[in-house]
Amino acid sequence: MTQPKTLFEKVWDAHVVKEVAGGAQVLYIDAHLIHEVTSPVAFNGLRRRGIPVFRPEQTVATADHNIPTLHQDKPIRDALSAQQLAALRKNCEAAGIELYDIGHVHNGIVHVIGPELGITQPGMTLVCGDSHTATHGAFGSIAFGIGTSEVEMVLATQCLFQTQPKTMRISVEGDLHPGVTAKDLILYIISRLSASGATGYFVEYAGTTLENLSMEERMTVCNMSIEMGARGGMMAPDQTTFDYLQGRAFSPKGPDWDRAVAYWKVLSSDPGAQFDEEYRFKAEDITPVITFGTNPGMGMPIDAEIPSPKSVKDAAASFQKALRYMGFCEGEKLLGKPIDYVFLGSCTNGRIADFRRFATLVKGHRKAEGVSAWLVPGSKAVERQICEEGIDSVLKAAGFALRQPGCSACLGMNEDKIPAGKYAVSTSNRNFEGRQGPGARTLLASPLVAAAAAITGKITDPRDFI
Amino acid sequence: MAIDEFATLTTTAVPLPIDHVDTDQIVPARFLKATERKGFADHLFRDWRYAESGRPKADFVLNNPNYRGKILLAGRNFGCGSSREHAAWALYDYGFRVVVSSFFADIFQNNALNIGLLPITLAESLVCEITNRTLENPKTAYHVDLPAQTFAVVGIPLVAHFEINAYKKACLRNGFDDIDYLLDMQADILQYEKKTRWMRT
Ligand code: SF4
Repeated sequence: MTQPKTLFEKVWDAHVVKEVAGGAQVLYIDAHLIHEVTSPVAFNGLRRRGIPVFRPEQTVATADHNIPTLHQDKPIRDALSAQQLAALRKNCEAAGIELYDIGHVHNGIVHVIGPELGITQPGMTLVCGDSHTATHGAFGSIAFGIGTSEVEMVLATQCLFQTQPKTMRISVEGDLHPGVTAKDLILYIISRLSASGATGYFVEYAGTTLENLSMEERMTVCNMSIEMGARGGMMAPDQTTFDYLQGRAFSPKGPDWDRAVAYWKVLSSDPGAQFDEEYRFKAEDITPVITFGTNPGMGMPIDAEIPSPKSVKDAAASFQKALRYMGFCEGEKLLGKPIDYVFLGSCTNGRIADFRRFATLVKGHRKAEGVSAWLVPGSKAVERQICEEGIDSVLKAAGFALRQPGCSACLGMNEDKIPAGKYAVSTSNRNFEGRQGPGARTLLASPLVAAAAAITGKITDPRDFI
Repeated sequence: MAIDEFATLTTTAVPLPIDHVDTDQIVPARFLKATERKGFADHLFRDWRYAESGRPKADFVLNNPNYRGKILLAGRNFGCGSSREHAAWALYDYGFRVVVSSFFADIFQNNALNIGLLPITLAESLVCEITNRTLENPKTAYHVDLPAQTFAVVGIPLVAHFEINAYKKACLRNGFDDIDYLLDMQADILQYEKKTRWMRT
């Protein structure tokens, strides 16, 4: 009998073009997603070398990181942003790469449109110059973020040099409590493993809790794998995955579909497969989570008190620095603290399921005075669905307005910056110092926690509304 | 062709003993609008280094004239967060050639190696000791020997070995980058594509 393999090993091994001396491997990349921020220097590199894009049909481009989320039909005011988009257009056109530009029906955040269009498929290798590429692992693909030199490598050769990461399995069993979402699940896991607890590993998520999640929820979980340092995170594809993919623009059709599904069905870890590290958690232990510090590992149950540094893995000095930045003290409760901004969006929680959740909670309430709420759909498709399902009217009745798709306040590259010192309850993925704008104070949480904060103006337990 | 060669280096160091320094601190996102690799040295640690008015913050180590050198002595989990290679560019263009940490974030480590910035991982206790030496005496010099894979404190018998992938070491020593190598492999790549076409229908 052959050695039992993990899901990761099956997909990885199928993509090794060549072993290189010194323990590196040349890995073939099936799909490459690019955007305006991390690609221009890579294209410059190709030009300098005088070489073309090797497989333009395996690359898809979108404009997302640095675009305005208001008045997208008007010319972009920021000269540098406009220049970056112009470069993307020029580069894609010259290379024959499909570009879903600002305003295009398929435009949106790179990790939202990949799955939405069926570009992301089980068993693939997929890369993008953005660290949240792990999102696509929800489909049973090996997906990870790369730097600009590597973007250039993939454009030039469709391959990457990689050293094989170690494997980790994180299993969660049981049912999540009402009011607890996939976001809480992953924030909980990161708080237990710390912001570097999975560095050097590729994570497989398993167990009944994960299996019962929708594709959107699985994407939320895999998305944040990088926040505990993992190269990526993935889940075995199953019927939920196949149902999601069937009929999407890039999904296989007809006999190709049946052949693909037959292959996808063997993509799971064999019984007895060995992982370098294993963690097990129980869904019943998980509550709504909120972060209190400046890395995503600094999360706690929403009704808890801020722990003291002795009880966390971080060094005391960095911990104190984080609390100082946030304006919090040890032992303090966050419930009831006033907040200034709410951000619903990003590749973590900018999908239709997230807008549905948010809308369910705010329905029949009013946005709190003094709270600025930025509701940013992850893509044009999400935006259309919000309208089709009448979610926009619910939001409007509650005093909320929608913005247009883009990364927006997730990284604060465009005008959507949280002002210095202000508190933002954000459904995005990073609470680093200044991530959402210089001096901005970010509290990461689920769409439900964001909704509860938006209508009360304070940090509020969403279970009070359920 | 594309990166500078690296063999040995003797230099003083700049201490930054903070854990989880993410790439948003190294280069904030608002400076990622460039379409060319130019001017990133100015943005290195921008918000720690300069006040909003543009005035240098006296308490930040890069603004302390006592600390100079081509080695950055960093804390744990250095370079976590965003995949932006701009972080490695900024460190390199500012003049750093080596970053020492007990633990690097994955993508940062790859990015650094790809542009010729050498990440050296040493035991946490050792990084602590070295950092303290530099804090006490900013003139403490270090000697990095890539061929021998050693990091030494000049003038005392403290020599530590560090690990580096043999392929990456060869690239750094010769100033090659991965693309040079991959382009030479086109036959293998084409053959792989032919063999696995069924997976990509
Ligand atoms: S939403 Fe945020 S994390 Fe996601 S792709 Fe955009 S910038 Fe990156």
